[in-house]
This record gives sequence, C-alpha cells and structure tokens, in this order.
Amino acid sequence: MMDQPSAAELVTAVREFIEKHAIPQLSGRTAFHGRVAANALAIVARELEQGPAAEAAETASLRALLGQDGTPEALNRELCRRLRDGRIDPMDPALGRHLVATTLAKVAIDQPTYAGFVHSPHRTR
Amino acid sequence: MTTGTDQIKSALEAALSGVYPGTSTVTDLRQLSGGASQETWAFNLSTGEGLKELILRRAPGGVVAKRATAAPDHATEAAILKLAHKAGVSVPEVPCVLSDAHGIGPGYVMTRIEGETIARKILRDAEFANARKVLAFQCGEALARIHRIPRETLPPLNAVTPREQLAQYRETYDSYDYPHPVFEAAFKWLEQRLPEADELTLVHGDFRNGNLIVGPEGIRAVLDWELTHVGDPAEDLGWLCVNSWRFGETTKVAGGFGSVEHLLEGYRAGGGTGMTAERVRFWEIFGTLKWGIMCMTMYQAFAQGTDRSVERAAIGRRSSETEIDLVNILYDRPSPP
Repeated sequence: MMDQPSAAELVTAVREFIEKHAIPQLSGRTAFHGRVAANALAIVARELEQGPAAEAAETASLRALLGQDGTPEALNRELCRRLRDGRIDPMDPALGRHLVATTLAKVAIDQPTYAGFVHSPHRTR
Repeated sequence: MTTGTDQIKSALEAALSGVYPGTSTVTDLRQLSGGASQETWAFNLSTGEGLKELILRRAPGGVVAKRATAAPDHATEAAILKLAHKAGVSVPEVPCVLSDAHGIGPGYVMTRIEGETIARKILRDAEFANARKVLAFQCGEALARIHRIPRETLPPLNAVTPREQLAQYRETYDSYDYPHPVFEAAFKWLEQRLPEADELTLVHGDFRNGNLIVGPEGIRAVLDWELTHVGDPAEDLGWLCVNSWRFGETTKVAGGFGSVEHLLEGYRAGGGTGMTAERVRFWEIFGTLKWGIMCMTMYQAFAQGTDRSVERAAIGRRSSETEIDLVNILYDRPSPP
C-alpha cells in the first residue's frame, strides 16, 4: 500500500500548479499547450477515480453481449470482429444499449464538458 | 533546410514585382499559423497602386513535403480558387503562385480579407447576430456554386467515390489496430447505406465553421481549399453539420448557426439540385466517423515520435467525442418505463 498522497491527489496537485502558477507565466502557443497539459491531467484524475468501475461494467456488458470471457481488450476486439463480419448488426438493440452505456462512461472521463455528452439524449437526468 | 523571414521578404518582393507595378517593399511580415500541412503569413506590400494587404500560404518551412497523394499541389489549389471566384463564390484573389525559382518553397499569395474566422465568436458574439441568421443559407448557396463548376474545367484532381473514401478511412483505422466498436458499427451502418454513384463534382473537402471569414453581414470568404477533390457533393453539406463544428450550439445542425432546411434552401437558390436532408445526414455520420479517425491519426504523430507535443497526445482522447455523437445519432433514446 502506497503512502499518502494518492496518485489522484498528486496528479491534481500538478494540474493546479500548472493552472494557477505556470500558465499565467506563459504566452501564445506555450500557454495553449499549458492548458492542454492541465486538461490531460484532469482526464488522468477522472480515470483514476472512475476508470475501474467503468471498465468492470464494460467487461460485464461485453461478456453478456458476446457470451464469452476475456480481458476488456480481447472482448472489444471480438466485438469489432463480429460487427465487421456481420455476426452482429450495427442496429442490434442489445449492441446499441452496450455502446451507449460504455461510450457515456468513456466520455465522462475523457471530455465531460463536450456538448454531445452534456446534451446526450441518452443521459438520465 | 528551412527559410528565414529575410529570405521570404525578398522572395515575395521579387515574385510580386511583376504583378503590381511599382512594387517596392514587404513590411509587417508575420506568421499567423504553422499547421502541419500549411504555413500562413500575413504581410503588407507597397505598390504603385498603394498598400496591398496580402497572405502567403506555403509548405511548412518552405520544404516540399511528401503530401498525401490525395492533396492538390499549391498551383492546383490556386487554380481552383480562381474557378470558384468565377463561379460567384467569395474567395481571396490569387495574384501570384510561387515557383521553385522564387526559392521559398511551393506556395501562393492571396489577398487578405478582414473578418472573423474563430467559430466560437461567430456563434456567440452580438456583432454576428445578423450573420448567424443568413449563414446556413449562404453556405448552401456557396456550396451549390462550387459543385456546379463544370468538371471539364477543373485541373487534374483526385476523384473519390463514397465507397472508395469509406475504404480509405477503413484502411487508416485498421492500420492503428486498436478496437473502437462504435467506429466498427458506424463503418457497417455506412457500408449498408452507401449512396449509388451519383454524378461526382468538385468538393471543397473542409467546408466548416472555422474555415470561413465572416463579417456582420455574413460570409466574406471561403478558405482552406487544401483538401479539395472530386466526390459526392453531399460530402460538403454533411461535413458542415458534424457536431464538432457546431462548437456547443448542438441544436443548430448546420455549422452551429442554422438548420439543414435553411442550408438546403440556400443550396437550391445557388442552383444546386437533387440534394436531400437524407444525403446530408449520411455524410454527417460519415464526417463524424472521419473526424474520430483523424483524432486517432493525430495521436499517432505523438505515438510514433514525429510530434511529441502534449496536444498531439491529448487529442487521442477526443475520439470519444465523435463516439458519443455517433451513438446519439444511431441509437434511439430508451423509451420511458
């Protein structure tokens, strides 16, 4: 077991340093990259927090959809193969439910302020 | 070998002396952007006809890059701008195409048109409130004029059918060997609905908010013709409607400023025929998939070491924006219990 701070806390500390202290000292292209860097660390912090539950839910959903077990990557590759060779139709309702749920969880980590996520008709409010 | 600003200055003075009588000096030369595919510089030129405000577009660093086979060269791009101007599309004039003899690499000079290109400002600032009412119509009109340019008058351009373009993106996506089930579903959905080979026309290729110069009255110029090719004209209308180019104004499907109906109305007013909301929708979905794969491509520049910037790394995590857009379009919202 690692000592405190947690990985999420360390990443947040670095993001806050970039936002509050580094970016005000930067200009132009470097300031832009500073903001991108801070956003990247915000993604990492959200992934540390939400990633394990999201991946567990995705894996369970993939197992149910495909009727087999495997790592998340192996299951996603299998789903891609079945879509490509036509064994699963892109408009299959069970597939649709799976893709909606996994994509919502993915974007909640990657880009939670993106308008397509914020206003998604699939989000329960 | 790259070229310095002094060399660019003297090359521009030499190149433009034959265009404007009494040309003397280039002043206020400054780089506006340095994209991976194009460099853009602004400068002023004193001539016998007064001060000219101009733009230089050239290959990055003045080096002839290994361009994608599909991309037109600068001379072709300049020729297309002239044809578009003749067809009534608002575009910059091109006083000069640079040749090897000018020594600063391939490129061309165009007139500078004042106005706004930043999409968020165009979509939100009070200054552009009236422009927003007419932009969808004007975009439709401009696209119809581009698409009606007779094919036999075009310089040699890459011609791509919808099926071929889908296969090209499939090949690119496959080469990254990383599973994206949403993209697989979108590929299949598109393959099942590929349009019949209608007549192919000139296509702008990157017609969207961000590549238009806009004033309070509407479109002043259509820019960024470097992806121009021959293809399905509906491609341009669909690309304009991709959610990423609505910059948060999700309910205004056409560019974040208007409706598809208004866009199609403008298209008919510009003399365009046979365009339907369904064809636009197909290309909106295709465009969304394309942008998702382009995000993967930009991340590859980081992964393969050609551009180790944090920006190239982070953009890989924007593929999922297009995935949420795709599932929003493709899958119905669950009916309430």
